Amino acid sequence: MKNLYLIAYLDLKESIRAKWFVVYSLVFGGMIALFFIAGVTESQVMGFSGLSRLLLMYIQITIVILPIFILITTVRSISGDRDNHILEYMLSFPISLKQYYWGKIIGRFITVYLPVLFAMVIAIIYGSFKGAAIPWSIFFLYTGLLFAMSSAFLGIAFFISSFVKSSEVALGIAFFVWIFLLAFIDIALISLMMQNRFNEELIIFIALANPMEIFRVAAISLFDPELTVMGPVAFYILDSMSQMVFVLISIGYPLFIGLLFAFMGYKIFEKKDLV
Amino acid sequence: MIKINNLTKKFGSHVSLDNVSCEFNKNESIALMGANGAGKTTLIRSILGYYHPDAGDVSINGLDPIKQRIEVLKEISFVPQLPPPIKLNIEELIQYICISADVDKEKILYYSNEMKLDLKTNMGKSFFKLSGGMKQKLLIAISLAKKSNIIIYDEPTANLDPKARDDFYRLLKQNEEEKVLLFVTHRLEEVKDLVNRQIYMDLGKVVSDDKI
Repeated sequence: MKNLYLIAYLDLKESIRAKWFVVYSLVFGGMIALFFIAGVTESQVMGFSGLSRLLLMYIQITIVILPIFILITTVRSISGDRDNHILEYMLSFPISLKQYYWGKIIGRFITVYLPVLFAMVIAIIYGSFKGAAIPWSIFFLYTGLLFAMSSAFLGIAFFISSFVKSSEVALGIAFFVWIFLLAFIDIALISLMMQNRFNEELIIFIALANPMEIFRVAAISLFDPELTVMGPVAFYILDSMSQMVFVLISIGYPLFIGLLFAFMGYKIFEKKDLV
Repeated sequence: MIKINNLTKKFGSHVSLDNVSCEFNKNESIALMGANGAGKTTLIRSILGYYHPDAGDVSINGLDPIKQRIEVLKEISFVPQLPPPIKLNIEELIQYICISADVDKEKILYYSNEMKLDLKTNMGKSFFKLSGGMKQKLLIAISLAKKSNIIIYDEPTANLDPKARDDFYRLLKQNEEEKVLLFVTHRLEEVKDLVNRQIYMDLGKVVSDDKI
């Protein structure tokens, strides 16, 4: 176990010093600061106001940028180390592949999750100083959703990293995965529906299999339990399960996806040539 | 100590090792030579358990370097041809090595000092920001501090000045007893005082294997 924590700790330290981490933290922290400066908490749109409105905006933007940030910064962690011969040296010491791989994942998870979480915590603290009501239920839901979303994309990134030999190819695949999932939030699905090739239930099932989509729907569901803003899609979701079950699935499913991909990545890492 | 039986390793259609068999025993210092692409690095990486062979096997003290990598790697010190661009600072790199391989930090400092490398003032510096020679000296110091029974050097003196090479060979002379020393080199004259066996590889095969 000491080697697992050692790898996680060193990866965390190395990541925190990296330029991408500074940019990453500034983007999420800066976004919250910008919302306060722009007076988002004082505005009211579709019945949402104060910190709830701010968190809703934060989460809507996070849906788009968090996956690509995680994919781009993580996908090179193993393939990059393989590419520039770091793996060749670091793995010449008696450390198991399991400890190396999962240690890297733990270290990287903390690196990508904490800035996103801290940005929300800062919003809550600053909001409470300004006398705004704290929407705790929304805060805890988003903490869980961001945890699950980070896990899903971290798992996918490590999976890609485990089988790709060059970090350029890894970056290309990561970008494709992001665009593909983003397109399937709306654009591709709407076109499919318009062409009427599939029935609606199948399309909604495909949409909810996308961790980005389930994250988005769950994020709305606390403000709008009836999901009225989503139109008829809400009927299919809430007709088949209660809101609470849906929220639990929206956290559990991306977590499962993340662990599944991370595990598949580990199996490939273990079975393939290391360098 | 190291047994290689009919080892074949292919990368696509390219055969990098072609049915190689050899043995390296205690008190042997071997110069592994050959042109670029002869299969020297592939052989070393197979010993370190990085490659899954297409045929044949490697055993280190009777252990499989892939399945029993921890036990095997406790016995091996390795210095690669080019120091990798590790972003950890020296303090962290030494911490990684001391904890994972149970190496005494004082020994690393001692051998660094012997290699005329001032580590104490550079502890906070990233490894990749050191000069080529400093990196190589540190990797050599780590390999000696590890007290392994098998020491593998892939062109270890490429970045070293003549004085540092002398220091390196002096320290190696003091540490070679009861060990297997495996040098990948293109310059036999540099290691001829150290080695007692010379293996020449070409196109993935061992073409000559002579005691010196």
